[in-house]
Amino acid sequence: MRGEARAADAKSEGAPQTDRPNGARKRGKAGGPKDPESGVGADLLQGFSRNDLLGILGRMLLYRRFEEKAEEAYAIGKIGGFCHLHIGQEGAAEGCIGPLRANDYVISGYREHTQALAKGVDSRLVMAELFGRSAGASAGKGGSMHIFGAEQGFMGGHGIVGAQTALAAGMGWAIHYRGEDRVVVCFMGDAAVNQGALHESLNMAAIWKLPVIYVVENNEYGMGTAFHRISATEIKDRSGAYGIPATVVDGQDVLVTWRHFEALAEDVRRRGGPRFVEVRTYRFRGHSMSDPVSGTYRSREEVAERTEQADPIKILRDRLFGAELLTQEELESLDREARRQADGAVEFAEAAPLPEPSTLYSHVYSQINEHGRLFFDGRDR
Amino acid sequence: MATKVHMEALSPTMEEGQLVRWLKAEGDAVSNGEILAEIETDKATMELVARGDGVLRKVLLREGGTAPVGAVIGVIAGADEDIGGMAAGEGGEGATGAAGPPEAEAPEPAGAEAGEGAAPGPPESPQEGARVKASPLARRLAEEANLDLRSLHGSGPGGRVVKRDVEDAKVGGFASVTGGPAHGGTAGSAPAPAVAAAGTPAPPGVDFEDLALSQMRKTIARRLVESMSPVPHFFLRVSVDMTRTVEARKRVNALLERDGERISLNDFILKATAQALARHPETNSHWNGDSVRRHYRVHLGVAVAVEDGLITPVVRDAHLKGLVRISREVRELATRGQEKRLRPEEYTGSTFSVSNLGMFGIHEFTAVINPPEGGILAVGGVEDTPVVEGGQVVVKPMMKVTMSCDHRVIDGATGARFLQTLKAMLEEPGAILV
Amino acid sequence: MAEITYREALNQALAEEMERDDSVFLMGEEVAEYDGAYKVSKGLLDRFGDRRVVDSPISELGFTGLGVGAAMVGLRPVIEFMTFNFSILALDQVINSAAKMLYMSGGQINLPIVFRGPNGAALQLAGQHSQACEVWYAHAPGIKVVSPGTPADAKGLMKAAIRDNDPVVVLEGELLYNVRGEVPEGEHIVPLGLADLKREGGDVSIITHGKMIHLALQAATKLAKEGIETDVLDLRSLRPLDADAILASVRRTNRAVYLEEGWPFGGVGAQVAAMIQEEAFDHLDAPVLRVTQADVPMPYAKNLEQLAKPGVQRVVDACHRVLYRNHSRKGS
Repeated sequence: MRGEARAADAKSEGAPQTDRPNGARKRGKAGGPKDPESGVGADLLQGFSRNDLLGILGRMLLYRRFEEKAEEAYAIGKIGGFCHLHIGQEGAAEGCIGPLRANDYVISGYREHTQALAKGVDSRLVMAELFGRSAGASAGKGGSMHIFGAEQGFMGGHGIVGAQTALAAGMGWAIHYRGEDRVVVCFMGDAAVNQGALHESLNMAAIWKLPVIYVVENNEYGMGTAFHRISATEIKDRSGAYGIPATVVDGQDVLVTWRHFEALAEDVRRRGGPRFVEVRTYRFRGHSMSDPVSGTYRSREEVAERTEQADPIKILRDRLFGAELLTQEELESLDREARRQADGAVEFAEAAPLPEPSTLYSHVYSQINEHGRLFFDGRDR
Repeated sequence: MATKVHMEALSPTMEEGQLVRWLKAEGDAVSNGEILAEIETDKATMELVARGDGVLRKVLLREGGTAPVGAVIGVIAGADEDIGGMAAGEGGEGATGAAGPPEAEAPEPAGAEAGEGAAPGPPESPQEGARVKASPLARRLAEEANLDLRSLHGSGPGGRVVKRDVEDAKVGGFASVTGGPAHGGTAGSAPAPAVAAAGTPAPPGVDFEDLALSQMRKTIARRLVESMSPVPHFFLRVSVDMTRTVEARKRVNALLERDGERISLNDFILKATAQALARHPETNSHWNGDSVRRHYRVHLGVAVAVEDGLITPVVRDAHLKGLVRISREVRELATRGQEKRLRPEEYTGSTFSVSNLGMFGIHEFTAVINPPEGGILAVGGVEDTPVVEGGQVVVKPMMKVTMSCDHRVIDGATGARFLQTLKAMLEEPGAILV
Repeated sequence: MAEITYREALNQALAEEMERDDSVFLMGEEVAEYDGAYKVSKGLLDRFGDRRVVDSPISELGFTGLGVGAAMVGLRPVIEFMTFNFSILALDQVINSAAKMLYMSGGQINLPIVFRGPNGAALQLAGQHSQACEVWYAHAPGIKVVSPGTPADAKGLMKAAIRDNDPVVVLEGELLYNVRGEVPEGEHIVPLGLADLKREGGDVSIITHGKMIHLALQAATKLAKEGIETDVLDLRSLRPLDADAILASVRRTNRAVYLEEGWPFGGVGAQVAAMIQEEAFDHLDAPVLRVTQADVPMPYAKNLEQLAKPGVQRVVDACHRVLYRNHSRKGS
């Protein structure tokens, strides 16, 4: 089903057609297609300017190079703890978030580095956070799983599978309460669809028509467990019981995903939410840095084949080559820029100071009350 | 696990205790906290509670026997547990048999199990070893007062030295005064005729009898000698016209009748004494060896006769309490004192004492000071006495009050000023209010 | 000052704060059309409409998370648990999300949210509906916990909690809703972290919170008849905790008994006892004792339930023990 988004079932109202594709954000209005006759997916290119398309490719390259740098830094002990890479899933990050407005909210689980970048959080701050530096996005207190950029509407990486789905409902509630036209995009992995929190959240979001787009990034494995082994029904079928339209989209094709989310977001702004989307993708690395690339739960061959055939960056590259919207030199230049930025992020992170010991106790409470003791380890004595 | 039953320090000053009665017999099941026995201390009969669960397997001290604090007097253990090592004769350590009738049973053999245990275990005593159990506060107070914790008797669980033990040590132990039953002072009435009648008839055919000293008698003996020998006593005596106090008492009692309260003359005397002491703190003072401690709170010791001695319960802050409250407290403390049910903190810490023998028809007497107090008041009965007033002989209800003074604390004029105030208050009870 | 019930005091606080600040809304099971399972929100739906007084599905984890999410973007939700027994379903959102959000985000996202509802033992409701939940919450840095025991404190603490910029758990006493008391009208704020010395004695300190203050006062009256004068310190707020008041009382009396409804292991009393021995060691004349619920789930049978709950006599006994009165005939 590559190359198209489809409604999950007949009564679904998902994937609404929009007649005015919009590059959104700062990438401006769509220009006409450069070469409508150039073959595969040419119609997909309609509405994107060349600059838009190079921008999308450039950012996906940044996500890839950023994660490779993180992988390298982890390997030499500069990054600790859990570190979940998004390599292979860049299309989902860019395709889901790219079409959103700056004041829309994105919230996610713990595989969220590139989503933060996509929502506009500075790559240097994200890397510094992975390095546990005071300049990090979360002041060195969150790490890989808790990147926050409240100013950019990136409402965090959250570490408990599925918990963010209720928080997203709350942000949707606030939008609704204030009569705003924002939307919330809430990411989760495929394994989260079996969490109770999601189901409670879907029900509430449906009752109150909260403007939330729930996105299941289906990379086929919850850690090392293949989805079909722990689920009797399909992901796309999970929201039907709550009357929430579901769609399935190919996350490895960034333009398809982009178009889909662009339309969804506008539909939700106009008609209210929620929506439920399965974004099919594949991770090219292990679950986390402590997990080998293939591991015991999937074969090397499988990983090699998918990496070869379903790399979202290659798919876009080839389409742009085919449409003659991209030259080899431009590609190399975009990649050089992505590497330069990723290197810069590492340099910045390495140079950034560690958090001051005194900050250990900051940000536990935002308001230290005039009376009484808030800390019980002897600090307040 | 077996638990030893120790003779515990059940009063601040107790060094040894007499076993009055076992409330559990060998073989009875006992649980932690349950009362095992009644122990007579130097002041009161107290309860000894079990410190473990099981069966009272062994009793090592007979009823009537005494044992020093810390001695093992019994063993609690599981029904089948081997207690051979513990039960063998250890209770005899320092314990004496009852000084009772000769037919009293010999100490029981240590029991069947005892044979299996070879040598008796090492005697256990809280004094042994370096560790003294004390509450943190007691440790600090003792250090501040330069007291050696080891020299203090712990009245807390397991002999723990607690705050009150240190405070008692600082004021020199518990109170003791001469004199007899004091509560009442229904002076003006006839001397109590019952006194002579209450005696112990001699057993027929016996010329004399050696009476064992009760813990209380021993303490009284020791303390009074301690008082008379080193304390330079002198005495001041004053006659008080009690006309108005007697009248005042009648009026007050008429008012109180509805509530069923009744104030005695002695209550008036205590109230007046407390007020006068508050006004003359130099009299309300302790001899501390190298200093005189002047007390500004009046804790009045009131001597009360009990069956085989006396006890001096303390009315705390008597200067702040009204007549009714003093009256109630004295009555309640005296009753419990006679039943030996006073808690240590209820008979220690007085700053000055009063002994009243008026109800026994005593005109006047002198009392022995209760160290470290600087004085004690001995109050005689109120008697119709001819006195000369304005050249006329008139009959008035008069009362003689004698104050014993420790000359190291109170000088003649000091004491006299206090007595003057006291006399004025009793001759015009309104002055108490001033 | 009007004499009103604890329930009415809470209702007043909610109404006044909703009136004052449009970002405050109340959500929970049965809070709107039913007027609240315990009628705390009576009349609020009529007054503020269904935008601000919202019946939720029975989805504790869900609507708690929803509240946290709404607070992440600046609303001031008041989330009602029908009882705190059910809040255990929502612990993940309170502990993992609410308590840690500010920290994990490096100070970017604070959470002005209140979690409230009845807490503590009720009458013959057995194991799952009759328990004290304070330590689940007070345990976690990032959360504040208050536990009003009187109508005036219920109003004052609720208002302070709603205005606080951090997550505050307000534990109401399930058996206190009908208790009457004088409550100041209008602006009445009881600052978090301020204990209230309900009775000044000097011989022994009974330290407690919430509903148990009433038991403590009964015990104090009983002890006074024996001439034992008791400090009864109502903490009102568990986190922040008025350590100064606790230590001052213990320094005065040299002995302390902690009384609480919950279980002993890791209880509020455990924390307070640890603090006292750390910071007032040299003032202690006796170990700090605790009177708690029996260390068992709450039984149903009336007699067993009585045994399980802390009672006046157990408080009196504990006071005797720290006063070393257990030797005397009268004392035991």
